[in-house]
Amino acid sequence: MLSDLAWLPAPSADFRERLRALRAEAAQPGEAYYERVLTLATAALDENQLGQLARLAGSVAEGGAAPAQFGRVKLGVVGDGTLSLLAPVIAGSGLRHGLLVDVVEGAYGSAVQQAMDTFGPLHRARLDMLLVASDVRALGLSRAADSLADAEARVAGALAQLKMVVDGFRPSVGAAILVQTVPPPIEPLFGSFDRVEPTSSYAMVTAFNARLAAWASEGQVVLLDIARLAETIGLERWDAPRHWHASKLPFAPEMAPVYGDVVARTVAALRGRAKKCLVLDLDNTLWGGVIGDDGVAGIQLGQGSAAGEAFLAIQQTALELRRRGVVLAVCSKNEEAAALLPFREHPEMVLKEDHIAVFQANWTDKAANLRAIAETLNIGIDALVFLDDNPAERAQVRRELPVVAVPELPDEPALYPRLLMAAGYFEAVAFTQDDRDRAAMYQANAARAAAVQASGDLDSYLASLDMVCTIRPVDAVSRPRVAQLINKSNQFNLTTRRYTEAQVEAAERDPDRHLAQIRLVDRFGDNGIICVLIGERRGDALEIDTWLMSCRVLGRRVQEAALDHLVRVARTAGARQLVGRYIPSPKNAMVAGHYASLGFAPAGEEPGGTTVWTLDLADYTSPELPMVIDDTAVGAPTPELQA
Amino acid sequence: MSSAEILNELREIMIDVFDVDDLEVTPATTAEDVEEWDSLSHVRLVVAVERKFKIKFKNSEIEALKSVGDLVNLIEAKTAA
Repeated sequence: MLSDLAWLPAPSADFRERLRALRAEAAQPGEAYYERVLTLATAALDENQLGQLARLAGSVAEGGAAPAQFGRVKLGVVGDGTLSLLAPVIAGSGLRHGLLVDVVEGAYGSAVQQAMDTFGPLHRARLDMLLVASDVRALGLSRAADSLADAEARVAGALAQLKMVVDGFRPSVGAAILVQTVPPPIEPLFGSFDRVEPTSSYAMVTAFNARLAAWASEGQVVLLDIARLAETIGLERWDAPRHWHASKLPFAPEMAPVYGDVVARTVAALRGRAKKCLVLDLDNTLWGGVIGDDGVAGIQLGQGSAAGEAFLAIQQTALELRRRGVVLAVCSKNEEAAALLPFREHPEMVLKEDHIAVFQANWTDKAANLRAIAETLNIGIDALVFLDDNPAERAQVRRELPVVAVPELPDEPALYPRLLMAAGYFEAVAFTQDDRDRAAMYQANAARAAAVQASGDLDSYLASLDMVCTIRPVDAVSRPRVAQLINKSNQFNLTTRRYTEAQVEAAERDPDRHLAQIRLVDRFGDNGIICVLIGERRGDALEIDTWLMSCRVLGRRVQEAALDHLVRVARTAGARQLVGRYIPSPKNAMVAGHYASLGFAPAGEEPGGTTVWTLDLADYTSPELPMVIDDTAVGAPTPELQA
Repeated sequence: MSSAEILNELREIMIDVFDVDDLEVTPATTAEDVEEWDSLSHVRLVVAVERKFKIKFKNSEIEALKSVGDLVNLIEAKTAA
C-alpha cells in the first residue's frame, strides 16, 4: 500500500506524450502549466517515470520562466552507498509537492570527506537543505559487537560520524539538515534474544535510532524516519542484499518511488507546504449508507458491526488530526438539514458539529464547494485534502482543482485511515502549542466569513466521463432493484409513492402505464439502475406518477435524459403534454424546483402542498446531452390513443 | 512469448528506462551502442524487466549478460519455466 503509492491514481496512459509537451514548453510555460505538471506528477509513478520528471524539473528551473507557484529548493544529498538512484526520484517526487528540487549529489561513500572539504563543490553549492542518507553497513552497526563496551563505542561512534558530517556542512546549508534512522537488520543472530543482548546488531541499531530521535528533538536536525518506512513496508521487501552487493544500492530499487516521496513531502513540510485542512465527504465516507435515504437510525456507524466500526475509526483518525491542528471541513452532496442530523443526533458520532470549521452540504459540484471552503478559511486551495469514497467525485475534483490532494481509496472503508495517513499530507517537522490551537483559530475565522458558492466548468467534465445512459422497460430481472429503489429513495423522489414488487409487475402489464428504468455507465464503471420512471396516460396527457433518481448521479444531466425519454413516450402515445407533481415529504426538499428547472410551467396546487406542473410538448426541444442515449423503452404507439 | 515479442517489449522498456524518444534494438545491441546505458540505468533496466515479466534474476545471471540477445534468451528461459 505504502510501497506502491496506493493513495495516488495510476499514471495516465499518455504519460510520455504529456511529459514531452510539458518539456517542450519548459522555457515558455503555456496556460495552467503548474497545474498540468502537478496532474502528471500526482500519480503512482515508477522510478523511471520519476527520473523523466526530474529532467522536466531541471528544464523548468533552467527555463527561468517557471510559474510562481513552484517552490525552489537546492538539496544536497550525501551519504553511504550509491546515491545516484536517489537524486532523480527525489527531484521527480518534488514536482508532486509543487517543488523544483535541484539535487546536488555527493560523491559515492565520502560524506565525511566532503563535509570537511570546506572549499568542495557541496559547500560552494549554496544549499538550502542537506540530506544525509546513512546506511547501517557504513555506520558499522551491521555486525555484532565484541563486548558491551564495544557495542557502546560503536553506537557512539556512528552518532559521532554523523554529527561530524552535519557539523561540517552546517555553515554552508541555509535551512535544514535531514538525517535518517536506519532500518534494523533482518537476519537474527540469536533470535528474539537479539533485542535483549546489547551487543547484537539489532540492539545497536535500536539504540542508535533512539539517540537520533533525541538529537532531533533538540531541533538541530530534522529526522527522516526511514526505519519506520522500511518496517511499514516490510524489511524483507525493503532490503535487497543482491543490489547492495552488485551496486551498493542502500535498499531495493523498487522502493525508490516511496523513498522519494517521503523525502519530498518532508522538504515540502519544511517549506510550509504541508496540507492544513481535511475536507470530508459524508455518505459512505464518515458513515455507511446515505443519510437522506437511510435516516439516523439506518446509517452504519459505531460498535457492533464491522462496517460501523470502520467508519468510527475514520472519524477517530480525523479527530486526532484536528487535535494536532489540522482543520476539518465537510463537503457533501446532501440537504444541509439531513447532513447535520447524525452530528446532532447519532449517539456514536465521534465528530461533532463543533469540530467542523466549514460545513458545505448542498447540491453544487464539489470543486466549487472546495473553493468556498478555502476562501472561508482564508487558506490556499492547495492546502486542502479531500476524502471522498466516490471515484467520480474524486476525478472531478482532481480535474478541476489539481492542487487539491485527493487520495485514492480502496473499496474497504477499514483501510481509509491507512491510505489517508500513508500519503503523508500533514507531514510535520515540529509540534507546538500553536499547532494544537490552530484548528480552533481557523474555525473562528471561518465563522466570520460567509460561504461563497460558484460553479466550475461542469460541462467539459461531464463530456470527459464517457457516459452511456441505457433506458429499458422494467422486466423480471430489473424488477427487484426497481422495487427496492421505489421503496427506499427519499431525496430525489418527486412523489415518494411506494409500490411492492407485485404492484410493479402489475403496472408493467397495464397498457395505460409506462415503466422505465435507467442505468448509467461511465468510465469509472456501471452505476447500476439510477432512475425509475412511471407514467400514466390520462386524456391527452402523460402524467408522471413516479420519478426517482439516485443521488449518486446528480449533476450529470441524467434528469434531462429522463425527461427526453418521457417526451418521446408521450409523443409516441399521441399525448400533447406532460403533467408532473411534486408531493413534498420531510426528505425531498431538494426536488421542489425540479420541474421548474426542466422548463415545466406551474399549473396549480393541491392539498398538502403538492404542486402541479405541465410541459406543452409543442414547446419542447431535445437538449444536447453529454452522453450516449440507448433507449429501447419507448415502445410502439398504442392503438386506442392513436384513434 | 516468442523471442521477437520479447525483444519488442524490451525495446519499449528501454525507451522508458533510458528516457529516449526512439531506440533501435537488435539482439546484437550492447551497452556500448546506447549512450544512456550506463551502470546505473542498467540497474533500473534490470528492475523494470523483472517487474514487466514477473521474474527475478540472480546477480550471476546479470553479470553474464553481454548483449540484448543474451537478455532476451534469459527472459525467454525464465518465463518458459
